Amino acid sequence: MIVRILEGGQFEVPDSEIGALEELDAQLAATIERNDGEGFSAALAKLAEKVRTTGTALDPTTIVSSDLTVPHDGASLEEVRHLLASEDAADA
Amino acid sequence: MGVMKRLTGIVQAKANKVMDRVEDPRETLDLSYEKQLEQLQQVKRGVADVATARKRIELQAQQLQQSAAKLQGQARQALAQNREDLAREALSRRAGISTQLDQLKTQHDGLVQQEQRLIATTQSLQARVEAFRTQKETLKASYTAAQAQTRIGEAVSGISESMTDTGLAMQRAQDKIAQMQARAGAVDELMASGTLTDLTGSTDPLQAELDRTSAQSQIELELAQMKGALAPPATTEALGSASPATDALDAAQTDQQDTADADEHDVADAETVDTPSGAASAPTSVPAAGGAALPADDLFSLGSEGGQS
Repeated sequence: MIVRILEGGQFEVPDSEIGALEELDAQLAATIERNDGEGFSAALAKLAEKVRTTGTALDPTTIVSSDLTVPHDGASLEEVRHLLASEDAADA
Repeated sequence: MGVMKRLTGIVQAKANKVMDRVEDPRETLDLSYEKQLEQLQQVKRGVADVATARKRIELQAQQLQQSAAKLQGQARQALAQNREDLAREALSRRAGISTQLDQLKTQHDGLVQQEQRLIATTQSLQARVEAFRTQKETLKASYTAAQAQTRIGEAVSGISESMTDTGLAMQRAQDKIAQMQARAGAVDELMASGTLTDLTGSTDPLQAELDRTSAQSQIELELAQMKGALAPPATTEALGSASPATDALDAAQTDQQDTADADEHDVADAETVDTPSGAASAPTSVPAAGGAALPADDLFSLGSEGGQS
């Protein structure tokens, strides 16, 4: 699976790791639900690290679209909430 | 749904919006390439904008450092003139500058990070644009092949996604710059309003007061010298008791002229007199190292003396 870290390039992550990624992703979503800024930062750092350690960085000249996208390093809960709020606008 | 999936949907929806008006896939390739070149220029401008913003902050920090050094000097000058109230005022303004510098440092760190990220973005974008240019010519040449349309679609959506990513990065850089400009504007305003008095100006009330006190001391000293030279000791004593300041200055003067007369002045007065002429040797409560000795390599912190850092 291809995972993009915003501003951090794309990674090819083996399918065997997807379960673990989804687990971390769920934790991240939960911190947004309960508006836990610190928990969010910690969960995001874990998720990004998982992508970087289990995945292989793609050459920037490889042009493919991604299956999953991780917010940029150090993104705040507010920033990501704002980004997710543009979902409706983007779908329209 | 997880954050990663939702985010992917958002990025790709934004990406599709950019490209969905073109019907011929070959046109799509050319249009996409043009947009990439455009974006590359924008990112390069973005890097320059962030650098300009960073330099503005550095300039402000430099100005604040100069003000802090001057306040430090004024505090010493005030203490030398026995004006602790003025010294206190100068040091408290200097503490205010330290707070401003802390805030500027936060801004500066953020901008440096943005700058580095945008430079990295520019480099990988440049590489991708080059790769895409080659790929699109190959795809166009093989357009008649059945699978070519699909591959064009994939290439375009891949590149559009990365353009969206870059677009988001630039948006964030612009936000940072806007925050910085608001902050820098606020500091300029504070300086203009005198709250963080631009001490290089001639209208600084603190300096005016110090100058006035200094001039008064000089006048008193000259008066005392004249009196000492002209008047007999008895007259000097009578005039001297009129005000404590004159009295004190008289003491020093008459000390030189007539040691017997000086015996009539108390020790406290004599110490007061020592201060104006002893300005060269700083009082022990003010460390000898001046503002000029501030570390040049750290724009955002004041020296240990009197500051909050």
